[in-house]
Amino acid sequence: MTTPVPLDPQKKMDVDEILQDLETYRPRRKGWVWRKKPAGGIRMGPFHYRDMSEPLKNSIGLPASKYFDHIDPQPAPVVTTEIASGRFEDDLRRMRMAAWHGADHLMVIRTTGQSHIDGLMEGTPEGVGGVPITRKQIRASRKACDLIEEEVGRPINFHSYVSGVAGPEVAVLFAEEGVNGAHQDPQYNVLYRNINMYRSFVDAAEAKRVMASADIFQIDGAHNANATAKAGWLVMPELLVQHGINCAYSLAAGMPRELIGLSTVPPNAPPAPKLWYDLPYAVALRDFFSDFKMRAQQNTRYIESDIEEAIRTHTVDTLISMLTSADIQSTITPDEGRNVPWHYNNIRGVQTVKQTWAALDGIKEMLSLRMDGPLGEMVRDIKERAVAFLEEVLEVGGYFAAVEQGFFVDSAMYPERSGDGIARNGQGGVGADSIVPRDPDYMAPVCAHFGENHLPEGLDKPCDPIGGCTLCKPEKIVYIDELDPEDSANRRLEKTLPYRKGNLIRPEVEWAGDGMVLLQLAIPESEPYAREAALEIARRMGLEDPQVINLMVLHPAEGCFLEVKGRVTFDVDRTTLKIPPKVELLPEDELREEVKKIGLRVVAATVGEDEHSVGLREILDIKHGGIEKYGVKYHYLGTSVPISKLVDAAIETGAHAILISTIISHNDIHRMQMRKLAELCQEKGIRDRIILIAGGTQVTPDMAAETGLDATFGRGTKGHHVVDAMIKTLRARGQL
Amino acid sequence: MTEDRIARFEKRREEYRKLSDEQLKARFWDLCNELMAPVVDLARTHTSPSIERSILLRMGIDSLTAHGVVDRIYQAGLLGKGAGHVLLKLAEKRGCDVRAAAAAIMEDQDVLAGLFGEVRK
Repeated sequence: MTTPVPLDPQKKMDVDEILQDLETYRPRRKGWVWRKKPAGGIRMGPFHYRDMSEPLKNSIGLPASKYFDHIDPQPAPVVTTEIASGRFEDDLRRMRMAAWHGADHLMVIRTTGQSHIDGLMEGTPEGVGGVPITRKQIRASRKACDLIEEEVGRPINFHSYVSGVAGPEVAVLFAEEGVNGAHQDPQYNVLYRNINMYRSFVDAAEAKRVMASADIFQIDGAHNANATAKAGWLVMPELLVQHGINCAYSLAAGMPRELIGLSTVPPNAPPAPKLWYDLPYAVALRDFFSDFKMRAQQNTRYIESDIEEAIRTHTVDTLISMLTSADIQSTITPDEGRNVPWHYNNIRGVQTVKQTWAALDGIKEMLSLRMDGPLGEMVRDIKERAVAFLEEVLEVGGYFAAVEQGFFVDSAMYPERSGDGIARNGQGGVGADSIVPRDPDYMAPVCAHFGENHLPEGLDKPCDPIGGCTLCKPEKIVYIDELDPEDSANRRLEKTLPYRKGNLIRPEVEWAGDGMVLLQLAIPESEPYAREAALEIARRMGLEDPQVINLMVLHPAEGCFLEVKGRVTFDVDRTTLKIPPKVELLPEDELREEVKKIGLRVVAATVGEDEHSVGLREILDIKHGGIEKYGVKYHYLGTSVPISKLVDAAIETGAHAILISTIISHNDIHRMQMRKLAELCQEKGIRDRIILIAGGTQVTPDMAAETGLDATFGRGTKGHHVVDAMIKTLRARGQL
Repeated sequence: MTEDRIARFEKRREEYRKLSDEQLKARFWDLCNELMAPVVDLARTHTSPSIERSILLRMGIDSLTAHGVVDRIYQAGLLGKGAGHVLLKLAEKRGCDVRAAAAAIMEDQDVLAGLFGEVRK
């Protein structure tokens, strides 16, 4: 086995290289890994965090982190993102991006219909709504995860699904290939995939035993009831029952408690009074299941096309996790309701959790839940309903009988029934009549097998008769590369080669070179006209297949906000792009010397009706590496200062420079202020002996020439840049 | 029916009032375990094509062959012996390894005949 070359943060991941030598690749480690949370909290920048885990070696913080020494605090729970575009080879890059933003649980959704395939799939065919889970796909993905975890400095948990009619085989595949987490819940097969109930449960015991042998963390499927029932928030007592069934069954199959997780979703969403449903449910669940792990998912039931709405609901979902508990905080891409998730929306989902968790860090040290009021009553009510539900299931003849009678996913709150539950026939479904009684001499000479097994006496291990099974001797695993070379990752990669390694550039959201772009526009028309106008505009802009994917009515007559997706059909050649030269800054020591030599003094203020002073303070203050650090003396006049006052102050104090900050760009007010500064200095006859500099978020370096200033700065400017500009101006004028 | 259920629920609830939170929780888990006990027994005493294929995978048989072999063993009425058991038995009989035994079954399913004496059809 050749050791893959570590990733270089400045270079794209070489997907072709990942796909090489897979036949001999073995995962570097197996089993689920939790984040490390220092007991005494964690210090980052100026803050002490109470509920955060160890930071990453390489990561990208929230946008505002640049104001906080670029700290990137990592929440205590494992953070999940769901990934599956249909082409796993493109998803590898998405995984890397997500890991840099703080995801350490990468969940791969399976292609449509895989749960009904009676056996393993092989090779790398293209998927629909997910990827075909195969040995090659897993091995390549785990290999990429091995590299990514090394790059970010935290283990990545790779996850998929052990469900469907081939559960035990998939479980073996996952155990062999180092998959770290998986969904496994026989109820899911029965209720949502119409797989025969007996087959599903018999298979599940074997699958769970195999998963346990490789420390694969299990997540159940109960949350699907929220997403399926007409009123997701009414199925709460049943959800406790579903969780209970899978937990009890998993324990009986030999799975340790610490590997068993509940997939739980706060069931409601605004405009409903979410907290009055979600919080009692979350508390009841955590009371009854205190020995198990919580995988808190975000609500998808009520998400459609509005990304901001989804993010707001997900923020409240995360708050509920923080008020109760979460071992894994899952994220939902906020665009899930309108398209196959786009990769940058995976990042946004992860950011929602990261931002909420940092903002509310340690909330439970300041707030506690009041159990002596309505919350306590509601918690008890849910629990009693769940217990009564179980009693009735036993009364009607047990689990299978209850499923036949449509007990589950009924949209009414137990004990009421709407009669719309999912009923399944024990003699029907996929794989009906396929289980076989084990004979008295039944034998399976392998490890991690569940149930009756009449092995010869005196063995050390069950696999001794065959000289070791693949779980003990991985060299026995048989690797199949491709079954259909035409429908394979390599074929698809050939087509995208110019975008991945050549000089062609095309935007992407899903796959390399997909060309998809999103247009946001407000049209001052009523809905039908706005819709057609938006499509027409997109077409005239040259977008292919434009589709309106979100429309928000601003007012029935005044207008609509729309989002239109479409494809660009052209490429940009990298070699034709002119990248503005990077300004070489003078060394810090040299600047300090020059500043000292002339005793550089400046006056500074935010101008116009502008109260934003954070940016300017950063340029000035020594604490943020501002100009003070270089020995510059500054006189800060405050916010919303008239230009004339600044110029007068400069004359009075004999300042060498005037620094203005202007954030507001409404009606080009920032440009006007900048011009006015230059003109006034001209009038007062000081222009040739004073340096004029402006900065702000909407200011760009090329505005200096246009407005008559010496230098202008935009986002990301540091004190170093400003001092450099001042010294260079003085030198150019021969004043230094 | 719903009225009945609600009435029965109210009656049960009267009984639950006497239980502490911990006792109610214990009741929940007792019921879950009681509910799953017969299902666990079913799993302990039964097997399925997928379970048997998963056993062959663990024995170093590739997925395509495992599928074909288990189908043939199922058709021969021998799944209740365990597919791994069948392969092992055939390998012993022919003096080959289990992969060769799997290949033999793929080539001619008749090699299974009489392997365990009586073969159920």
